[in-house]
Amino acid sequence: MGQRGKQGSSGSADLGFRIGTGVFALFLIGIVCAIGFLLTRDAWLSIQKFGLGFWGSQVWNPVSGEFGALPFIWGTLYSSVLALLIATPISIGIAVFIAEMSPAVLRQPLVFLTELLAAIPSIVYGLWGIFVLVPAVRSIETSLPDVARRLPLFSGPPLGLGMLAAALVLAIMVIPFTSSIAREVLKSVPAAQREGAYALGATRLEAIRAALFYARTGIIGGVMLGFGRALGETMAVTMVIGNNPRISASLFAPQHTMAAVIANEFTEAADQLYLSALVEIGLVLFTITLIVNSLSRLLIWSMTRSSRVSVAGSVETAEPLAAETAAG
Amino acid sequence: MKKTMIALAVATLSASVTMVAQTTQINGAGATFPYPIYSKWFSEYNKLHPNVQINYQSIGSGGGIQQVSKETVFFGASDAIMNEEQLKAAPGKLLHFPTVLGAVVPVYNIPNLKTELKFSGPLLADIYLGKITKWNDPAISKLNPGVTLPATDITVTHRAEGSGTTFIWVDFLSKVSPEFKTTVGVNASVSWPTGVGGRGNEGVSGLVTQTPGSIGYVELIYALQNKIAYGSVLNAAGEYITASVQAVTAAASSAAANMPADFRVSITNAPGKGAYPISSFTWLLLYEDPKDKAQSKAMVDFVKWALSDGQRYCADLGYAPLPDNVVKLEMAALAKVKVS
Repeated sequence: MGQRGKQGSSGSADLGFRIGTGVFALFLIGIVCAIGFLLTRDAWLSIQKFGLGFWGSQVWNPVSGEFGALPFIWGTLYSSVLALLIATPISIGIAVFIAEMSPAVLRQPLVFLTELLAAIPSIVYGLWGIFVLVPAVRSIETSLPDVARRLPLFSGPPLGLGMLAAALVLAIMVIPFTSSIAREVLKSVPAAQREGAYALGATRLEAIRAALFYARTGIIGGVMLGFGRALGETMAVTMVIGNNPRISASLFAPQHTMAAVIANEFTEAADQLYLSALVEIGLVLFTITLIVNSLSRLLIWSMTRSSRVSVAGSVETAEPLAAETAAG
Repeated sequence: MKKTMIALAVATLSASVTMVAQTTQINGAGATFPYPIYSKWFSEYNKLHPNVQINYQSIGSGGGIQQVSKETVFFGASDAIMNEEQLKAAPGKLLHFPTVLGAVVPVYNIPNLKTELKFSGPLLADIYLGKITKWNDPAISKLNPGVTLPATDITVTHRAEGSGTTFIWVDFLSKVSPEFKTTVGVNASVSWPTGVGGRGNEGVSGLVTQTPGSIGYVELIYALQNKIAYGSVLNAAGEYITASVQAVTAAASSAAANMPADFRVSITNAPGKGAYPISSFTWLLLYEDPKDKAQSKAMVDFVKWALSDGQRYCADLGYAPLPDNVVKLEMAALAKVKVS
């Protein structure tokens, strides 16, 4: 503050700018609060009727007016986590290749193509899923040996449609987000980091590992952005997941997600309680997204804190690397 | 020269102002199933009466009922009739007017099967309850003597989203199977005991065409336009009827004898000869005493046109036209709507 005061005449403009940008930031917070408020208000009928049991109930019966969110919560989290498991290594691989190893000629086309994936509408992914991916998944499923089919992970009839197809579509949709961020973060790793690694006798692989380690918080941020995208994805998922609100560990079982049930049933929900239950599903999704985002913030925060401590102690990235190089 | 230009501009401007003033705009919302014929009607009617412009949002039957009950639109449209509770919730008396007919057909995928399969209501209900799980089940063979059916599992498919198509399908199954009625019931979306959900007619037909051993249900129009084979269904008169535009109109015609005054009637499992049993009307929802009488006048005139001249557009779009006896009843009922 003291420094700013010394600038004199620019002080009032500075203050105006601060207030202006502050209003924009508050506006954003206001929107989030308004969403939360409206969802709660419109879900009130359902909240009153089912209470906390809504989160744990597995029944979803519009005819008898009984509603529970658990199968949808399960389906959303299962498909999103699975999509992340598939997409994260691929995204990081793409990012490393583009940022570190790609010949200059290939770089721009690759960047363009991965970003093009993000621009494809989800309905197109859904249609592609139905007509190309699902038959392919079905043939994989039918070709599995019987021994594997007895495992809970692969149980059920081989429909093609189901959790695996949904996770694969989601993974493809998430890749451009995670890989673009990972690439940008890798590009911003200071050259001194790599040069330091090479100076210590690191191979190219080891230098990249050092860069990845340096960029890890940013990469996790990218992964979390992808996770948020996967949680909320609606159209592409509903077209391939089978839309059956039953909890199952099987990759082959048709399941359901929160975003999908809202999109599917909202238009024809004429009954007040039914509508209210669908809004509450939206509230649950909102809450879960909030929790996931907070957890990822917390993770990044704790990582940056611990790395700052270790940076203060020594050159953190080079040290273990030097030891490994020496061992190798 | 300049003066004439200005005069001309003023003249055209005032002309367009008067035209705007005379145009009656009517907004409606509701069912997606009749959307193709409704949009055809609105545009054809607009050619005949340029001062009447009708806008229609196909947001689904449930949405249509809600919007018209909140009076955010002038009229609603629905594939399902409003229940007593919904009618009471509306601020004024809402009337139902059937406009066209639709039907739902069972589609299936059994590789190398050349003959058309025959189904009965109870059989379809048992398949959708998950009680019959193999194609070579005696219950299926009994209806299809001489047809060799494989010993494969039946993959049941249904609509994932709330839909008028589902409503008609479960309405029929609930009428013919008491067990289906108690365990599943009738609604635009229900809790299915078995099966996978595809989104939209294209989702269900995509599933069925890709999955050997599957069964599903789609709208007749959709099956006709996409040339999907479908089975015949046993009607209340004991005949196996393959769905067609004529068979659907026949179902409506046989139901007209017992038509209630408010047209809120389900014609699934209709009694007459030649009637296809999984048929239904789709309805327009109008207030008996709307606030805006100018809109009301224009709307009533439009409905009269749609029920008479408009019906000839049905066949091209795959809808079944209303039988004459139903049109007569409706023309009389339209007089109840207050236009001044």
